[in-house]
Parts: sequence; structure tokens; C-alpha cells
Amino acid sequence: MIRDQETINQLVDIIERFVRERLIPAEEQMAEEGKLPDHLLQEMRELGLFGLTIPEEYGGLGLTMEEEILVSMALGHTSPAFRSIMGTNNGIGSAAIVFNGTEAQKQKYLPKYASGEWISCFCLTEPEAGSDAASLRTTARREGDFYIINGTKRYITNAPVAHTFNVMARTNPDIKGARGISSFIVERDTPGITLGSIDKKMGQSGSMTCDVIFEDVKVPAENIIGEEGEGFITAMKVLDRGRLHISGVSIGVAKRLIADALDYAMQRKQFGQPLAEQQLIQAMLADSQTETYAAECMTLETARRRDRNENVSTESSACKLFCTEMVGRVADRAVQIHGGAGYMSEYAVERFYRDVRLFRLYEGTSQIQQIIIARNMIRAAS
Amino acid sequence: MKVLVAIKRVVDAYVKVRVKSDGTGVDLANAKMAINPFCEIAVEEAIRLKEAGAAEEIIAVSIGATQCQEQLRTALALGADRGILVENDEALEPLAIAKLLKAVVDKEGIDLVILGKQSIDTDNNQTGQMLAALCNWPQGTFACNAEIQDGKIQVTREVDGGEQTVLLNMPAVVTTDLRLNEPRYASLPNIMKAKKKPIDTTTPAELGVDVSSNLKTLSVEAPAERSAGIKVESIEELVNKLKTEAKVI
Repeated sequence: MIRDQETINQLVDIIERFVRERLIPAEEQMAEEGKLPDHLLQEMRELGLFGLTIPEEYGGLGLTMEEEILVSMALGHTSPAFRSIMGTNNGIGSAAIVFNGTEAQKQKYLPKYASGEWISCFCLTEPEAGSDAASLRTTARREGDFYIINGTKRYITNAPVAHTFNVMARTNPDIKGARGISSFIVERDTPGITLGSIDKKMGQSGSMTCDVIFEDVKVPAENIIGEEGEGFITAMKVLDRGRLHISGVSIGVAKRLIADALDYAMQRKQFGQPLAEQQLIQAMLADSQTETYAAECMTLETARRRDRNENVSTESSACKLFCTEMVGRVADRAVQIHGGAGYMSEYAVERFYRDVRLFRLYEGTSQIQQIIIARNMIRAAS
Repeated sequence: MKVLVAIKRVVDAYVKVRVKSDGTGVDLANAKMAINPFCEIAVEEAIRLKEAGAAEEIIAVSIGATQCQEQLRTALALGADRGILVENDEALEPLAIAKLLKAVVDKEGIDLVILGKQSIDTDNNQTGQMLAALCNWPQGTFACNAEIQDGKIQVTREVDGGEQTVLLNMPAVVTTDLRLNEPRYASLPNIMKAKKKPIDTTTPAELGVDVSSNLKTLSVEAPAERSAGIKVESIEELVNKLKTEAKVI
């Protein structure tokens, strides 16, 4: 749902321009240094990129799902690591508070997330629990007015720079599955939190992840999000939004890859003519364009349905599955079109080829999406 | 102090424009449009004057079709207080624009008009000068620096071979060059809020201005395509080619 076409056009225009003029020129520097330059972090805050999905009454933009997709596609035109830094505040780091938090929690945290003054992160994955999140081992034991949290979280995006951790922990050891899990807001300066060293990753250099270890971390009882046992269920409810967001980013990156590949193919000459005039190159360009268009159509349509409050569990998983696999193929073709040059770090496609690999893994692997889609199909038919 | 900033809707600087096959103009169908970059610098300068406490109100004005509201909204998002759209579907020549701006200046009681030195579509570079003449106000064109001093404005101008600094009595007209400032990005929350700022719409007739044209565009042509360069082996060959082929020496 687009609330006002002119306003969203302006939002997307300014983001496209910011991406083109400020972020794209800094891609290589960020990739080399493994860190977002401080001045760009400040510019991203000032632009308002940290509050895209946070409701307007808490200082954000309160974008609808369709609007968020248009924005995520625009952000996809540059290194995904830029988006990753604001991704948690706009997604899994804040969503549970927006969806299920108390008014006091919203007042305290959401304006700080929206302005980017505070960075949030989402602590679900553990050494022994990834896709099977319901088997997680981190515990939260109630003691008077506090919960005592113990456990280790792994590959936590933005943890090295986070001010708050949204931690999934088991509050009821007798319930083995999802219903024993609750969600907590833990502030960085709470005693007992240790950060692991920053993970070395295949791509998305500049986006930082690390382990977070909680040892007898004493959290006020009012920091629970929702009721005991609701944490994981709430997280699952907001996941479809994240899946569509990642779909949008994948489409944006695919468009960037196509633009880079097309540009190269029109300049580079082989056999006396530009690559772009050669039919086998044209096939790769056309396939990439077609798949990107299909991805865009399905994602925008699903976003509109979600804005109409329809259940889009199956469709959002289908979008995540198709869009992230699609951008993998497009990245592969972009490298292929570049030939030997595509293997060189001098060309952005080499970096994007590594960056996009993550899309098929996080917020539910492709295989998890397949299982969700198939289970929903079977449930509907039985 | 009341500042008027004029804004022109032009084709986005990043769009590759094509000349229509009949030579009557440039094909703008579905082309992305934007604020003229020099006008954006004018808006930024006005906002800086307001932030420094030198200006109380910034009024953005645009002349053209209804869609110019989009560019006015951008100016409002950047920090202008209100907008005026002089609605007119015909392409207007600089003198007509200057007359319309003069009418707005008179109506609103403006102390300072800031305009881009030229627009990136027609490159006339005339409107600011004509407006100053019509108002009988001093003008500081091609500004790369502007400072308010005791009710006057000191403008440093980019001129051939250097800079010239002039001190203007107010009210005055200033036109902006590229190096005057670096415009900010409108923040996303401000874009949302700009929707609530007022835009008044008027017409040339309401302003009592005759906008009939004295100019006729005969034809519009694309620049000739540049052919590939060549490499020469020696200075003698270069001189020879410059004489015999390029015929420039």
C-alpha cells in the first residue's frame, strides 16, 4: 500500500541519490577497512534511514510493507553491508518491541532506534541452535524483580556496535519447544555481557558480527517483551516482514549487478564488436532482467497483500526463496559476463558475488523456506 | 528578512536526454524530473541564512505545470516554509519568468531573491539579471560566497580569471554558482512533514502578467557525435595533422 505516491517517490529519489552520491563511492573503502566510515554512519542517521519501519509517533517513518520494499530496492543498489547496519533497527532488532512491547518500552527504545542513536541487534542463533531455533539453550531464570540470563549467541549482526540486545532465552525449561522461549531487551552496559572477536566472513565486509556471551546477566523483569513464552512466537510473526525486506534488497542488488554487467558488456569489445552485441552474452543479460522483473512483481504483490492484513506466510517465504536464489544466479552471470575481469577485486561484481551468498542463508535458509512453503501447502490441503 | 527562492523543474541531471525526431525539442515522456541543481544551491543558501538568524521566512516559487509541486515539496522538505506555484503549461522565456517573479516579489514584500544562475535544460542565464532590472535592485550574479552585513549583502562572484566581491544594498537579487555551497539531502522525516506545509497556486493572469513570447524555437538538435581519437607517432606528425586534417594551425 502506498499512502501517498508523491511522498514515496520523493523518499525513494533521495535514497537513490544518497546511494549514488555517498555510498557507492565508499564501497571499496568499507570493504577494505571492514568498517562503515563514521561520517557515513552520521549521514545515514541524519537522513533518517534507521527509522524506516518504526511508527511515526516514535520518530520513525512508519513505512507500509510496499513502501519498505521500494526503499529496500533502492538501498540494494550498493553494498549490502550499508543496509545491514541499519537493518536491525528497521527489522528484527526493533520489531518485537513495535509488535508486542509495552508503552514504556516503546517510549524508551524506539525513538533512539529511529534516530540511529542506538543500534539494536537480535540474538537468536546459538552454537547449537540455528534453523531449529526452538532447541535453543540460553536460559532466563526469574529471581524476584529480575531475570538472570545465561548462554552464548552466535553470528549476531551488529553486536559489536549494539547498544541493546534483543535476546531469546528459555524461561521454562519444562517446555522444550518454542513456547518455553521469551524475549528480553538487554542493554549493553549490563554486567556479565562479553563480546567475542569479530567474525571473519566471506563477504559483506563492513557489517560486523560476533558471539555474545551472557553470564549471570541480571535484567529487570520489565524488560521482557510480551508475556513469558511469547518471545519466539512473536519473532516468528514478524519474520515475514524481514523475509520480504531481504527480497527487496536482493532485487536491488540484482539491478545493480545487471547495470554493472550491461555497462561492461557495452564497453568491452571482443571479436570486433561489443560483448553486448553477442548473443550468448545477450541471453545472460535477458535472463537476469527477466528473473529480476519476476522477483519484483511477486515481492511487491505480496507486500500489498500483507498491507491488506492477509496472511502471507507462504508467499513471503516464496519471495525470500526465489529472490535470494535469483540474485545468486544474476551475480554468477554478472561475473561470467565480465570474464576474467569479474574475478578481479577491481570490479564490484566480484565483491557482490560474495556478498549475495548470505541472502540465501540468513532470516531462514532457502531450505527452511521450502519447508515452510510445503508445510503450508499440506496444511491447507488436509 | 523574507527570502524568495525560485525553483525550476528540469530533467534529472543523470538522465540521458534524447532529441525528438521532429527536432521540436527534447523527449521528456517518462523522464525523471528534479530540481535544477543551481536552484537547489539557492534553496540551501536560503536555509543557511535562516539557520544563522538572518532570514525569518523562506518562500519557494516555481513557474510551470502542476507537477512543479513535486519540486516545491522537495524545497519544503529541505527547509523552505511555504511554496507558491504559478501554474502555466506553456514554456516561458526568461523575460516572462522574470516578470512573474517580480509580481510575486511585489505581492509578498520580498527582501532578497536567490536564484540559480541558469537552468541545466535551456542554459539561458538571464532570469536573475532581468528580475534585478525589472525591480531596479542591485544584483550579485554567479555567487560563490554570500554574507549578510548590517542590512547589506556581500557577494563574492566567480568571474573570468578570478573573483570579484560586491556589497549590495538590500533588497537584492543573488544568483548562485556551483561553489556557493553543497546542498544537504532532505531527511526522510522532513519529506514526510513537508506534505503539511502550504503551497499556494496562482496563475500569470491572476498576477496580471502578460507572458506572451518574443522567442520562437526553430529547431533542437543533438550535439554531433564525437569520433574516436587517434594516436600519433611523433610531434612532426601531430603538427602536420593539425595543419592538414584538423586545419587549426
